[in-house]
Amino acid sequence: MSKTMNNNLISADIARGNMLVAITGDVVEYNSQDILQKIAHLIAQNPQKVTITSTQLGEWDSSLLLVIYETIRMAKTANIAYDVTTLPQNIQSLISLAFAVDRKPSHNSNNQGGFLERTGRSAIGILTKTTNVLAFFGEICMAIGRFFSFRSIMRRIDFLAALNDCGPRALGIVSLISFLVGLILAFVGAVQLQTFGAQIYVASLVTIGMCRIMGAIMVGIIMAGRTGSAYAATIGTMQVNEELDALQTMGLSRIDFLVLPRLFALLLAMPILTMLADIMGMIGGAFVGVFLMNLPYTEYWRYAFNAFNLTNFLVGIFHGFCFGFIIAICGCYSGLTCGRNADSVGIATTQSVVYSVVWMIVVTGIITVICQEIGI
Amino acid sequence: MSKEVKIDVRNLTVGYGDYVLLKDASYQVNKGDIFIIMGGSGCGKSSMLRVLTGLIAPLKGDVFIGGVNIAQGKEADVQKIRTKSGILYQSGALFSSMTLAENIMLPLQQYSDYSPATMREIAKLKLALVGLAGFDDFYPSEISGGMKKRAGLARALALDPEIVYFDEPSAGLDPISSKNLDDLIIEINQSLGTTIVVVTHELESIFAIGNNSIFLDAASKTILARGNPRDLLQNPPNQEVYEFLTRGEKK
Repeated sequence: MSKTMNNNLISADIARGNMLVAITGDVVEYNSQDILQKIAHLIAQNPQKVTITSTQLGEWDSSLLLVIYETIRMAKTANIAYDVTTLPQNIQSLISLAFAVDRKPSHNSNNQGGFLERTGRSAIGILTKTTNVLAFFGEICMAIGRFFSFRSIMRRIDFLAALNDCGPRALGIVSLISFLVGLILAFVGAVQLQTFGAQIYVASLVTIGMCRIMGAIMVGIIMAGRTGSAYAATIGTMQVNEELDALQTMGLSRIDFLVLPRLFALLLAMPILTMLADIMGMIGGAFVGVFLMNLPYTEYWRYAFNAFNLTNFLVGIFHGFCFGFIIAICGCYSGLTCGRNADSVGIATTQSVVYSVVWMIVVTGIITVICQEIGI
Repeated sequence: MSKEVKIDVRNLTVGYGDYVLLKDASYQVNKGDIFIIMGGSGCGKSSMLRVLTGLIAPLKGDVFIGGVNIAQGKEADVQKIRTKSGILYQSGALFSSMTLAENIMLPLQQYSDYSPATMREIAKLKLALVGLAGFDDFYPSEISGGMKKRAGLARALALDPEIVYFDEPSAGLDPISSKNLDDLIIEINQSLGTTIVVVTHELESIFAIGNNSIFLDAASKTILARGNPRDLLQNPPNQEVYEFLTRGEKK
């Protein structure tokens, strides 16, 4: 039987104006809610004195201390005298320790002040963040300028390591997901197209869909989760380990050293990965068309190639390029602005993925509207 | 004959936003000193170090290092002192993607015209100076905490700095490693004549290495005492300093 079920270990009562809290036996893992409610009720009756005693006290743990501590706290609040002198000396010492420093309610300075003050603080916060982001973009532009004027301290080995991470090592996951997306696209399309007897156009649907946007979007989402978050976590951990401070005090540009290799690697890898995603998506579509819908193999690919359009393909590649920029910037910015504890690294990682995905969707919308306006 | 002043801090107020950690602090660090910045937790020791190394700008006041005022937050001013100072961070702050030799070569690549081969030899020499000869191709993850600090010190010494800052050098070290690091600090100070600024609250280190110090107080946000730590222990100017230097003994 659980020890918490035994609620007779501590009793409380009032006799002749004196309140007595009596403790006996082994008080371990004691569920104190009921007794504390009773004690609060009794203290509300304003006794002259509260006495806490123990007889044959065996084992005890923090749950007993909690009852004693709360009882004394309630008595103090109600200005009622209390007596704990019959309790074991070690318990008295611990209780003294607990009351040694006044407990003050914790507060967050950001939540202080009235509505206007808090609104002002928020406005200043947004302004500061915007300024920081703009400054970050400015620093990147200057770093790119330094790179092309051969004054950058970017290390070639860092670029190659970043490229290896976001290129060859991402091939597997990008291939698999793109294949499955092509497969899903073909299935969904086939259901509708079959009703018109036009299932052969599944090939066109998958080809246009993957090349124009879906390939780039899928690669973007995969790379935001896989690589952008890794950038944020790596740079964030460097912040925690004071490595960023070390760079700064050595006068080395954090942008040249940390951001440029990652940015260039993603700018190079993303268009290539987007091409791979397009191809794997088309293969996924062909898998459904040929093996599940029994469309002739050559016929499927003839329709697929007919639907292939260089403009669509290049628009997709351009998306990939833009997404690469967004993922690198969001990942690195989140890492560089990370706090100095483990929790902050988690926040920075999450933030990088969320910002990347949101900005990718925003940029996709902008590119789509522009393409619509210029007729491509 | 008066000593050359290496660091001159005048009416410095340190804090973050509206929150002031330390106000109107003034002190000087002489050339060749092992200068201790001590005080209880939260008194602003590490923030003071961040100001001295140009990582943050103070709320008010001036910091002259080698005659250059770095307190105005001008990058060009701070840049002037970069090559003249080295810093050993609490964790060593070695770049995990680089070997120890590459870590040490990094400031050399930025600020010197040495050939890569010479830089590598200098890196090996600096590692040997801190007792890590032969570890040049090791990565930070392959060595112990004490060795990381030594490697961090080797990197701090890469450019033969005039001032080396130490942030809590004994933190996280066993007593023997801590003692060895203290000995190394004294050795560097005496052999190279380097001015050393140490932020710490480790009493053993304070008494072992310090020949000048300031005591920062969180409650009054001021410098409560200054001088040789051993003299301060002999003649404590106030209760706070006495309690700190005697681990809480009451006068």
